[in-house]
Amino acid sequence: MPPVDIDATVIANARLSRDYSVLSLAAPEVGRRTRPGQFVMVKPAGVTDPLLRRPFSVFEVLRNAAGDVTGVSILNKRAGRSTKKLYELEVGDVVSCLGPLGVPFKPVGPPVEAWMVAGGVGLAPFATLAESLAAAKAPTTLFYGARTAEELFYLDFFEKLGIKLVLTTEDGGRGVKGRVTGPLEAALKGVGPAGAMVYACGPEPMLEAVAKLAARYNQRCEVSVERVMGCGLGGCYSCVLPVKPTFAKATVGGHGDGHANLVRSCISGPVFDGAELVWE
Amino acid sequence: MMAPDLSVTLGTLTLPNPLIAASGCFGYGLEYEQVVDLSTLGGVVSKGLFMKERQGHPPPRIVETPAGMINAIGLQGIGVHRFVKEKLPLLNKAGARTFVNVCGTTLDEYVEVSKVLSQAEGVAAIELNISCPNIKEGGIQFGCSLTGTHDVVSAVKKATHLPVIPKLTPNVTDVASFARAAEDAGADAVSLVNTFLAMAIDVETRRPKITNVLGGLSGPAIRPIAVRMVWECYQLVKIPIIGMGGITDARDAIEFMLAGATAVQIGTQNFVDPFVWPKVLDGLKDYMTRHNVAKISDLIGTFDPTPPKPVHA
Repeated sequence: MPPVDIDATVIANARLSRDYSVLSLAAPEVGRRTRPGQFVMVKPAGVTDPLLRRPFSVFEVLRNAAGDVTGVSILNKRAGRSTKKLYELEVGDVVSCLGPLGVPFKPVGPPVEAWMVAGGVGLAPFATLAESLAAAKAPTTLFYGARTAEELFYLDFFEKLGIKLVLTTEDGGRGVKGRVTGPLEAALKGVGPAGAMVYACGPEPMLEAVAKLAARYNQRCEVSVERVMGCGLGGCYSCVLPVKPTFAKATVGGHGDGHANLVRSCISGPVFDGAELVWE
Repeated sequence: MMAPDLSVTLGTLTLPNPLIAASGCFGYGLEYEQVVDLSTLGGVVSKGLFMKERQGHPPPRIVETPAGMINAIGLQGIGVHRFVKEKLPLLNKAGARTFVNVCGTTLDEYVEVSKVLSQAEGVAAIELNISCPNIKEGGIQFGCSLTGTHDVVSAVKKATHLPVIPKLTPNVTDVASFARAAEDAGADAVSLVNTFLAMAIDVETRRPKITNVLGGLSGPAIRPIAVRMVWECYQLVKIPIIGMGGITDARDAIEFMLAGATAVQIGTQNFVDPFVWPKVLDGLKDYMTRHNVAKISDLIGTFDPTPPKPVHA
């Protein structure tokens, strides 16, 4: 189904910290179509600075009291000029929102366990995935690493869904001190006979470590990548990343990128089988 | 009033309207089929194609700059044979008028790629890429030399019955002399401009923002320079000009036509707004109605250089 492009009004922009905010957008059509792991392209409407939209995983699909979908939110981390402008948006401001785009996660069901591994802003695709996994009654754990305790967000949201939390911080302020891959490897050593599906989103070195760990313990793994992206539709060839030659996932029109092993993460991803990627 | 006539003629080629999707900004066209009916465009220019597949440059390949972007994709592409086999039939089925952007590392390669396309079903024209600023071998060496431009156009013209449209680089002192060289060599039209050679530095790390260091600047930032170059060429050559550079809406497209463009290409704006096409088309019709223009081709080159009236605050 083609994406929709709407001028979406900001419903809320909840600042979670100095750098993070959850930007909620009135975009019911986008919300209704979104599947976990898909993304939207967003920028403030009607300006040439920034000129291009930036890609964001859909964080939440928003609903009103009656349960009707009213929009989507994104988890924004202030990093550059564009994300700074999004951080500063106020209720009533308007953004250009194109989506949903890209390949979603493949949710699993019981008895397979679902292990979501998030690093920092890489939490973004896991709220919708968690809802989907909870609905499927898959036993689910969130391994969630951040720099500090203050940058661990939305823990209540996941707990309410019955998801087990394993937290790590780099400074040891909460949970296990160190990287999220530590507890993940411990869990992989003790994985049950039904196996686990590992979903990961975060910095690429983390994704590489998680994909390699999953492979070492013979568990399936999907990673959501983030690359500098121009258009989100396969037009510009900016967001490519290297995949193994065996990769044959269909892209637009059923025509893959063929032998070339740089594929566009916007239409062949952003979710990839961790075993298909070539780590640089 | 009758329905406005948006058709334009490029040599032997008649397009239903002057709006063409620019090479490198529209994938192979098929990527955009889900958001726009390709048959409603005047034409679609493919990504640049060599004989063989090309991997392109390692990412990051783009960086945003004020009202523009710098890219060095490096002509990642599937090669002409796969294009003809896998993409062209689908473009024909979609009703697209397909211009193929032809690249070469040597003069022979331009000729060979063009020959392959001449035998294919449904190619409207060849756009000769002699202006990509991002690859070392080929292309720009022809586009930055008057004799090189003449030689490659002349050789390709001999090898094909298709209209040949060299795409010119703005990274020369006098682009109009290159348009003249192309015309003298038998080009059916010229398209201009390709991107402006540019760079951006990350001041925190003191390193380039993109892997290739240098890239091509596109987007609204370049539009006034591109308009000037189209006007310069229009005054020097008789063959049709396809103008481009930062077009975002109908007003921009008309500006290029007034400066002398017969048709225009929209590139970077596809990334900004993939639903741009019907908006520009409607805008053209609206302009024609407001200005009582029956045929859009009547606008070509009608720029009036009389100084504007003084504006007082």
